[in-house]
Amino acid sequence: MDFSFFIMQMISGLTVATLLFLVASGLTLIFGVGDIFNFAHGSFYMIGAYLAFQIISVLQVNFWLGLILSGLGAGLIGIVAEMFLLRRIYGRKNEAGFQILLTYCLILIIDDLVKIIFGTEYKTLQRPSGFTGAVQIGDLYIPSYNILIIIIGIVVVVAAWWILNKTRSGKIARAAAVDREMLGAMGINVPLTMTMVFGIATALGGFTGALAAPLRSVTPGAGIEVIIDSLIVVVIGGMGNFWGAWMGAMLIGELTAFGIVFVPKWATLFSYLVMIIVLIFKPEGLFAPGKVRKV
Amino acid sequence: MLPEKSERCNMKTGNLFKEALLWVGLMILFGLVPVLMTSTYQMNLASHILIWILFATAFNMLWGVTGMLSFGQALYYGLGAYFVGLMVKYLGSAWFFPGMVAGIVVSAIVALLLGLLLIRVGGVFFTMLTLAFAQLAWQITFKWYNFTGGDDGVVGIMQPGVFSNPIVYYYVIVLMVIPSVWILKRIADSPFGTILRCVNQNPDRVRFLGRRVKRNQLRIYVISSVFVALAGGLMAGVDNSIHTDMFVWTTSGEVILMTVLGGINQFFGPFFGAIALILIEDIVGAYTEYWSLIIGTIVLIMVLLFPKGLVGEFLVFKHRFLKLKKHGG
Amino acid sequence: MEPLLKLESVSKAFGGLQVTNNVNMSVMPGEISAIIGPNGAGKTTLFNQITGNLLPDTGKVLFQGDDLVGQTTQSIVFKGIGRAFQISSLFPDETVLDNIKVAIMSKMDNTKNFWRPMLKFKQATEQAYDILESLGLEKEADRFAFELAHGDQKLLDIGIALALKPKLLLLDEPTAGMSPEERKVTQNLIKKLWKEFDLTLIFIEHDMDMVFDVAQVVRVLQQGTLLAEGSPEEIQNNKEVITAYLGEEL
Repeated sequence: MDFSFFIMQMISGLTVATLLFLVASGLTLIFGVGDIFNFAHGSFYMIGAYLAFQIISVLQVNFWLGLILSGLGAGLIGIVAEMFLLRRIYGRKNEAGFQILLTYCLILIIDDLVKIIFGTEYKTLQRPSGFTGAVQIGDLYIPSYNILIIIIGIVVVVAAWWILNKTRSGKIARAAAVDREMLGAMGINVPLTMTMVFGIATALGGFTGALAAPLRSVTPGAGIEVIIDSLIVVVIGGMGNFWGAWMGAMLIGELTAFGIVFVPKWATLFSYLVMIIVLIFKPEGLFAPGKVRKV
Repeated sequence: MLPEKSERCNMKTGNLFKEALLWVGLMILFGLVPVLMTSTYQMNLASHILIWILFATAFNMLWGVTGMLSFGQALYYGLGAYFVGLMVKYLGSAWFFPGMVAGIVVSAIVALLLGLLLIRVGGVFFTMLTLAFAQLAWQITFKWYNFTGGDDGVVGIMQPGVFSNPIVYYYVIVLMVIPSVWILKRIADSPFGTILRCVNQNPDRVRFLGRRVKRNQLRIYVISSVFVALAGGLMAGVDNSIHTDMFVWTTSGEVILMTVLGGINQFFGPFFGAIALILIEDIVGAYTEYWSLIIGTIVLIMVLLFPKGLVGEFLVFKHRFLKLKKHGG
Repeated sequence: MEPLLKLESVSKAFGGLQVTNNVNMSVMPGEISAIIGPNGAGKTTLFNQITGNLLPDTGKVLFQGDDLVGQTTQSIVFKGIGRAFQISSLFPDETVLDNIKVAIMSKMDNTKNFWRPMLKFKQATEQAYDILESLGLEKEADRFAFELAHGDQKLLDIGIALALKPKLLLLDEPTAGMSPEERKVTQNLIKKLWKEFDLTLIFIEHDMDMVFDVAQVVRVLQQGTLLAEGSPEEIQNNKEVITAYLGEEL
């Protein structure tokens, strides 16, 4: 394996890792802050991808605007789902089980609705103009869209860090993760906070789906693959841990990228293997602080 | 007035005769299907119902009873089926029933090893990890084309001798499923079953009874998986074929939907849930391919408005009705 | 006579906070004693270290000469230490009878039995009724535990602990949240249970009337340190205790 090939694989792994991180961060955000496990998170990713196809390919809207609108659309659907469905089961006995059940029903419903609206055939989305080619570095050609994704990933990480640590909303969100009731006592509208966080998380999922659409074909049933991949990332990194999710995504992304070189057929199983090893030796996640977990 | 001491213990010892009647009655009821059917399709439907009843009931020993929501029991369903299918494919029909035994034994071993790992985490982590492991098994089966037949599955899985007759095989299913459900009911009513319910309600207090929470969780995980593997093994002979879909996540989801439909906290919830869901699928499936939209919506409504399920809500209704009657009369 | 429970310089800190500081105490068999102290004095934390929920940083917890430090809650329970909780810890969806019965079955090591119906264990049912009678809960036997009034739930919690036939019973604020009338009843009940079940009993309590009426020995904890130990009279007249804790109440 020569050096340029090595770099190529690394960039490809980094792209996968960034997308993985973006979608997993939404899952981990709503779990960490709201104690909600959104099993349908992958479906919001899928909604984002289909919205992008509809807005950009069919309605011929500008790519960048379309990307934002797809994210917002998924977030809006997320907000509606939270307000009318999830909110009704908060505080119920065995809430966690009902959350999974309710969001599972959402997967079934969204999957079929997508099939009804868009049909079952694969959809493709063109890369935006200016990002169809490759950037030459030395004798390397790196697809410019991949570089874009990696940069967006870095921007989101920095922005998330800034929001969580420096803004009032971020502090509220972090406080909600620790103690929901105390927050209510402080006069903060807890239901509204939960709805907004859910909206942001699903918007992040939808945005990632839209962003990934030019790289992967858009298909119904993509939701479950995405949720399992994100789940693996989140388990490796430690659930509810933003930075853990990032590290987990990097690990899985690179492992898959290089695994595919050596054992193309079985590379997708590597992530499971890593997860099993983590579970045996550090079930709370590789990057989790040494405190007792809530769940 | 309080009953005398000697009477207390006889109050609720259950009625043996009534119980025996229930189980024999069920056997006869399902046993009559081949006699009364107007087409073999009805018997095929009844086979599916019976097998899913066992699958769902065994699953609910984990969820409803012990509070462990597994989204990966399809793993054992698939293992049970594939052991039968592959052994018949490579070794011949005579290996049909030995394959079933092998599938169950291997499932027990896998459940024990995997269970040791899974019980280390709780709540949604348990749920999602069971899902991940079942998906892993699905991927392996899918990709190992040379051995498993991949996406094509295995067809032409014939039972040996007289058992290849669909009616005879149907009676095999009845004679395996109903007693299995009876065994699970005995487990649920036993001291062990009570400890499992206690683990569900208050694990900390269970430790203060001197009992190990995780060990009991592991035990029921293995027991549940064994019965699920039996269901899978039986299914291999129903349509004489197996498919990778038996491992896939929607198969695990199916029993969850059945259980919610019937009632999580009722032993017979999954029983009636399985019947209801399969009949709905059968009827709705005739009109539209989007039956998962219909089922999803139905179960969503159940979760929001009738979380006790069909059996649970019926019992509440019956209780109110009896009370009303008592006060009225 | 050998003490049943002996703590030897038990200490525990959470970060910089010393929650238990070099506590030494000896509890004689058959003794009924109280632990008092202001909120945050480390009373419940001390119980947690005895029952294996928390590991002391240093020191020994000797029960009948056997060091419990590092042992699991399960094995400590089987050695004969029972416990009822400040917030009652029950099996809410089981009947009152079964709450007790499952504890009896656990004691008899019957909980691995997966075949014989629960209802057929008549001897356990008898014993469970006996315990319910001692607690005055026999009329509630068939109700679900979650349906019980707060005070009755606290009693049921004690009942579960009693069903395990403990030699040493730890009660964490048995009258917390009760009305004055209920307190009086519970106070007498605890005295009765202590004799009837031949227990060594330690209770944490804020109600001083109860403490000085029931306890033979009173121990005062303050900021994790054992401030004083003695008969009710001695404690009531102890200058240090009066200034530190009892002052305003006496």
